[in-house]
Amino acid sequence: MSGVRLLVGTRKGAFILTSDGKREKWDVAGPHFAGWEIYHMKGSPADPNRIYVSQTSGWFGQQVQRSDDGGKTFEPVGNKFLYDGPTGTHQWYDGTPHPWDFKRVWHFEPGLTDPDTVFAGVEDAAMFRTTDGGKTWNELPGLRNHATGNRWQPGAGGLGLHTILIDPTNPNRMYIAISAAGAFRTDDGGETWKPINKGLKSEYIPDPDAEIGHCVHRIALHRSRPDTVYMQKHWDVMRTDNAGDQWREVSGNLPTDFGFVIDVHAHEPETVYVVPIKSDREHYPIDGKLQVWRSRTGGNEWECLTNGLPQANCFVDVLRDSMCVDSLDDCGIYFGTTGGQVFCSPDGGDSWKAIVDHLPSVLSVEVQTLP
Amino acid sequence: MIRVVLPAHLRTLAKVSSGEVTVDVVDRPTIGSVLDAIETQYPVLQGAIRDHGTLKRRPFVRFFVCQEDWSHEPYDKPLPKEVLSGKEPFLVIGAIAGGL
Repeated sequence: MSGVRLLVGTRKGAFILTSDGKREKWDVAGPHFAGWEIYHMKGSPADPNRIYVSQTSGWFGQQVQRSDDGGKTFEPVGNKFLYDGPTGTHQWYDGTPHPWDFKRVWHFEPGLTDPDTVFAGVEDAAMFRTTDGGKTWNELPGLRNHATGNRWQPGAGGLGLHTILIDPTNPNRMYIAISAAGAFRTDDGGETWKPINKGLKSEYIPDPDAEIGHCVHRIALHRSRPDTVYMQKHWDVMRTDNAGDQWREVSGNLPTDFGFVIDVHAHEPETVYVVPIKSDREHYPIDGKLQVWRSRTGGNEWECLTNGLPQANCFVDVLRDSMCVDSLDDCGIYFGTTGGQVFCSPDGGDSWKAIVDHLPSVLSVEVQTLP
Repeated sequence: MIRVVLPAHLRTLAKVSSGEVTVDVVDRPTIGSVLDAIETQYPVLQGAIRDHGTLKRRPFVRFFVCQEDWSHEPYDKPLPKEVLSGKEPFLVIGAIAGGL
């Protein structure tokens, strides 16, 4: 029987949660790498047993762990992320030039067909790639050396490249997002990049047509429509239908359009999920009621989903890499919270149940759908 | 033979079970040559004690020798005879600092 494996990164270690296709009973393994921050874990679509882990520490820096047996065992691989060539500067919070400085890997995106190829989004923002299973990492410097790079400014959490989407129909096309530079697209496998932020409005930027500087929190696409991309911006939920050349707002009736996560149903390209967060001053749900909102119309018209979610005294956040969907026939939706819960909906969002309640603060959740 | 005490997280990374390891240093043992020897013996620690590119000590890692903080001493400073004789270890410490 098919099943699912959830890869949960937390502030104090990694956890692996497995279940069969019913997604009612779960086995919880962990913590792996106890005490370390696990920014992200992701499995290879070409080989589900291959998993990459970003293990970081304010004391001891970056480690990369790799599993070849579906998360039973891990071995450290290369952790040398050196920028290619002169690093130059980006803008600091006060507008002064600040040297580029590697801090951590925020996100791994394994290649679609080769388990040894992985893209890494790092802070300070840059993209790296390995083609030898993580032993060595090389920067794709065209992104950091973009003509706007010296004007990129960090968001409150740092200048992190946090999202990488590979077009499943054309692997040379990738979308990435950087806080708080914005979204970018490559059409040549990462050699050159184009800012794709037209149509984004950010109150704190006086120029309504600003090419960069937008605080994009997360972007997502459905594999059948790779030119349609959804975005949860700092404020505003956005949509593009021409690969980012123009965005339009689809926040519609959401109670607040601030938030971090956004994802798309595995089988319904117009069904989108967000978790509205009260504001950028108060990173928790409105009135202490945790709600997922679902649109079946590709945005604008949203419905509130609460069945099984805490509806009193819930003041957690859901961070940008903490929502995912499986590809079983009844699409499962998952998200983790800063309060240490991981919720599962095995029925597309109609009902929810906490798989675990008391993990360390959740930084990322990814799911593997297993044969 | 130099005795080295590593912090718990680095012992886990290096897969050493004892609280202390030993490294061989040829020529004149200094802070830098001991760090080189640690990283040669345990390649997984490259980048964990000092930065890959600059080889600067990571900000929240400290070095102690004979009850003294040697974190700011130059890498080419010779280690004292107590460390060379094995009477005292070279300590790599994770700074006692806050965090989430």
